[in-house]
Amino acid sequence: MRIILTAAAVLTLAVLPVAAPWLQFVLTLAIAKGFAALGVAVLLRAGLISIGHAMFFAASAYGVAFLAHAGINDLGLLLVLSVLVAALTGAIAGAFLVRYRAIFFAMLNLAVSMVFYALCAKLYGVTGGTDGMPVPIPAVFGIIFAEPAFKSVLFYLSLALMVLVGLAVQRYLDSPLGHALSAVHTNEIRLEYLGIPVWAVLLIAYVISAALAGLGGAISAFAIGRVVPDFAFWTASGHLVLIAVLGGIGGVPGAFIGALFLELLHSAAVTVTDAWNLIVGMALIIVIMFMPQGIYGLFARKEASSP
Amino acid sequence: MSNAIIPLLLDSLASAALIFFAAVGLTLVFSVLRVLNVAHGSLYSIGGYVAASACLFIASRQLNPYLSFAALLFSAVFVAAIFGPLIERSLVRWTYGKSEAVQILITFGLFLILEDLQRLVFGVQSLYEDAPMRLLGTSSIGGVVYLNYQILLVGMAVLVVVGLRLLINHTRLGRLITAVVTDREMAQSIGIDTNRIFILAFSLGVFLAALGGALSTPTSGIAPGLGADTMVLAFAVAAIGGLGQIEGAAVASLIVGLARVLAIYLAPSLDAVAPYAAMLVVLLIRPYGLFGSVTARRI
Repeated sequence: MRIILTAAAVLTLAVLPVAAPWLQFVLTLAIAKGFAALGVAVLLRAGLISIGHAMFFAASAYGVAFLAHAGINDLGLLLVLSVLVAALTGAIAGAFLVRYRAIFFAMLNLAVSMVFYALCAKLYGVTGGTDGMPVPIPAVFGIIFAEPAFKSVLFYLSLALMVLVGLAVQRYLDSPLGHALSAVHTNEIRLEYLGIPVWAVLLIAYVISAALAGLGGAISAFAIGRVVPDFAFWTASGHLVLIAVLGGIGGVPGAFIGALFLELLHSAAVTVTDAWNLIVGMALIIVIMFMPQGIYGLFARKEASSP
Repeated sequence: MSNAIIPLLLDSLASAALIFFAAVGLTLVFSVLRVLNVAHGSLYSIGGYVAASACLFIASRQLNPYLSFAALLFSAVFVAAIFGPLIERSLVRWTYGKSEAVQILITFGLFLILEDLQRLVFGVQSLYEDAPMRLLGTSSIGGVVYLNYQILLVGMAVLVVVGLRLLINHTRLGRLITAVVTDREMAQSIGIDTNRIFILAFSLGVFLAALGGALSTPTSGIAPGLGADTMVLAFAVAAIGGLGQIEGAAVASLIVGLARVLAIYLAPSLDAVAPYAAMLVVLLIRPYGLFGSVTARRI
């Protein structure tokens, strides 16, 4: 049943831009943010809330821009390398940060990401300051596309990655290593008595979540064509947490459903009003107060109650 | 060298005082309510907007310019009286005892709402009215010229530290607050109206934030985005001092101010990095802040 639902959802997404071309950009961004929110959701499983994941999103996006300027001009290679940049950043930051819990974890992530943001914004000579850096259109397996065609390629690639990476993350969460995360949340000391190194469990989760945020950042960099420091600002991190919570921390699809919901709501709302954050803020509060399982939980409950 | 660094020092002391107003409110609310209010920075900027509008009104009607001092103070009281009880009763009280994730998210939602409300009410252009600063003029000590307004800011910050200490240690309300902070359930069971304490403490926190925002407008004006910037700075200062520590927040704002001076002096492009770098160093060495105490690990 789940497979059919997922396949139907992916097919619908694949067909939508054909019917409404303007949706393609919105959907690409939604998938990109979905990856990043999935990264946040992985850590939420362990009860760790990070208000700093936009840093990895931005680290990878800047990675794309720098590597492209250094002469690398292949989409696949750029994606892999920039995700590695994010994962490496995650490994370095995570090695320090996973020792902390609760508010201290949240705030230290915030601090690290704000240092990163300030550096991006201030080192004008290196990063272009608040003007950011342009991202040229790369070749795809040696073929150079015109811009509209490249954006389509990017969209379908993101869609394929969403399914593949989603499945991989699902496997990870179902593995003992993934289950250890919720065990950290319930009772950390019990885990240590069982001989499981909590530090290692969390560091692996942190690197994976940084890599996921990085994948989202790289896709965004290509889709938008420019990288700016605001990618790393703390409100961007807040939005990622928001998406993860909107989708419900239950499953992998949740993060993408949350991102799609938010991006579609965004593009619908901007035509009516520019008080977009007002709507998002209210939605967030309503979801947390009345639907603690998130939007995904709403579907899951219906599924469970129907025979 | 000293001629260059002394005005810089006073400049950073004045900005440290402004950050302190925001941070001490945050830390006070956290210690009494056990809630980290992510929307705290927005209350700072709302205070600023209300104060700037009031001062502009006074200037446009050509009323006695000294009224603008009263306007600064009164805007903070006004914002606290309206937003304090409203936010505490309608949103924050639902998060008592919930996980930090829920508290952070609910208040982040509030932050988004307040930021847009400000844009809708006050527009996106920046407001600037420096009458209070001009009125006080400058004074020169040892050949260095100071803005008297900046000295006033530092004085106000000192006054707030002393005032809060007196309030908490030497008044009945302070004792009630201490009782609630120490043991909420016990305080409730001996008949302390904890709801009232929560409303009062939250409103006091809002007042301090709004006061900081109001006092900041004569020197730097106010523009959209100030709330978000102030929030992280207040976070950083409160965390360096140890969450819940009033004197800690004061010392931490000094540290952040000095870190900024050093950064401006040594590497001018990195002054925005300094507060966060200071926070990072302090928290990596002392996770609970300079004055914070280690709480028992959760079983």
